[in-house]
Amino acid sequence: MLLENSGGLELLCNSVKIHEVNINLEAEGNQKLTMKHLLSWVRTNLIKERPEMFMKGDTVRPGVLVLVNDCDWELSGQLDTTLEEKDVVVFISTLHGG
Amino acid sequence: MDSNAVAETPSDIRREIESLEASKAQIEHRISSLQARLNDSNEEEQGKETHVDGQLSADMIYRYSRHLLLPLFGVEAQANLLRNSVLVIGAGGLGSPALLYLAACGVGRIGIVDHDVVELNNLHRQASAKQNHAFIIHTEAYIGRSKVESAAAACRAINSTVQIIEHKEAFRTSNALEIMSKYDVVVDATDNVPSRYMINDCCVVLGKPLVSGAALGLEGQLTVYNYNGGPCYRCLFPTPPPTSACQRCADSGVLGVVPGIIGCLQALEAIKVACAVGEPLSGRMLLFDALSARIRVTPLKLNLLPADARITSKEYNKRILKGEAHVLLDVRPSHHYKIISLPKSLNIPLASLDGRLPEISTALRNEEDNEKGSARSSPSLYVICRRGNDSQRAVQYLHNNGYASAKDIIGGLESWAHDVDPKFPTY
Repeated sequence: MLLENSGGLELLCNSVKIHEVNINLEAEGNQKLTMKHLLSWVRTNLIKERPEMFMKGDTVRPGVLVLVNDCDWELSGQLDTTLEEKDVVVFISTLHGG
Repeated sequence: MDSNAVAETPSDIRREIESLEASKAQIEHRISSLQARLNDSNEEEQGKETHVDGQLSADMIYRYSRHLLLPLFGVEAQANLLRNSVLVIGAGGLGSPALLYLAACGVGRIGIVDHDVVELNNLHRQASAKQNHAFIIHTEAYIGRSKVESAAAACRAINSTVQIIEHKEAFRTSNALEIMSKYDVVVDATDNVPSRYMINDCCVVLGKPLVSGAALGLEGQLTVYNYNGGPCYRCLFPTPPPTSACQRCADSGVLGVVPGIIGCLQALEAIKVACAVGEPLSGRMLLFDALSARIRVTPLKLNLLPADARITSKEYNKRILKGEAHVLLDVRPSHHYKIISLPKSLNIPLASLDGRLPEISTALRNEEDNEKGSARSSPSLYVICRRGNDSQRAVQYLHNNGYASAKDIIGGLESWAHDVDPKFPTY
């Protein structure tokens, strides 16, 4: 699965934007992978600093757009979105500078 | 060799440059204030000149000839532009390039809001040292002076036929609605979150389209809010981000050309909205990554309808399997429809929906006739598109035009492919 961070979120992961990851479902104790599981996996495995800049509660913090296969996750069911092999998930922090 | 040159030391030369620069700045200031006066007094006259019998004047035809030659732009769009007004809030990294293009292309009236003065550290993205070659707006000569004044002078220098209004004040709740109400399109070129929420809310209250751009570091973002049924900033982000997540160019840095690109794109979107040409970036966001040279345009969520006017693609599938009498309206453009479509769907592109409503009535009647004798209620009407945004707009339109039972299929054909039929091709 391909994960991508931008809009400054990459700074939380040693400035690496694109992560190709392999999530072992059995090790995680789940049958299928949902966005909810993915978020906690990212928080544990990818985020190196200031996790509060990425998440609030069990979802992303306000001001972060989540795209699953190039589509706003609000259209696919947010935390309940089921993910499959080779899906592409993008996290984008909205910018405000100018 | 030259006896005159021997006496001239570097410090003499520097002194002379300084005194020349000072007189140059004085002359420029005088020119810009005279131009402002000329603009004000010519305002009415210009109005006449622009629209004699709806025609452009000879000067305008010559000035804008390259626009007029574009089949998809042409005289009509140019005339729209000349009649339109755009408010640019912020004359910094985003506002500067946007303003130059808006002035050059002939927007009838341009307002500039900013309370800041020009500083040397702005100039890498907002200035060029030679005014005559100014692609970027502020110049060294204007350091310490108001950004609005400097930007207005540059705009007038490019196109003296455009009316430039200077608002040398911060955009505050106390003056926001009054200033904004005088313009047709708003360009948000500010650099902070509270301004962005306030500008958005004013646009929603006044019903103005908002072209919003942002840039930081090596990335930029662009979208059009509150336009043609598309979402607004607060619709997408009801909760403001924590202050710790709101980096500013002043703290985190920005590569000058990045806001330059986003600002130019803001001018482009403002022109499209003002002229009613093309497909403005509404309900979509453009993401620009300078380092990898990648531009991504992503659809944003849109929720125009109450829950009972929408069904999921899975639910629609159940209803087909039950044999429910219905008409499926596909509102994608016809060239999309030709790529792939669901069986027995009726294609009427969203853009031509209002002229083709009778076709829907006919389809519903035919469906009813087919079902005669089975004592069913009248057939249902479902609307689908590629991703579920246009179908919502179509359902909204149908509700207002006598088709109260029309329902949107959430997420469109993409959700059909994802949730119902994995073999259904997506594009």
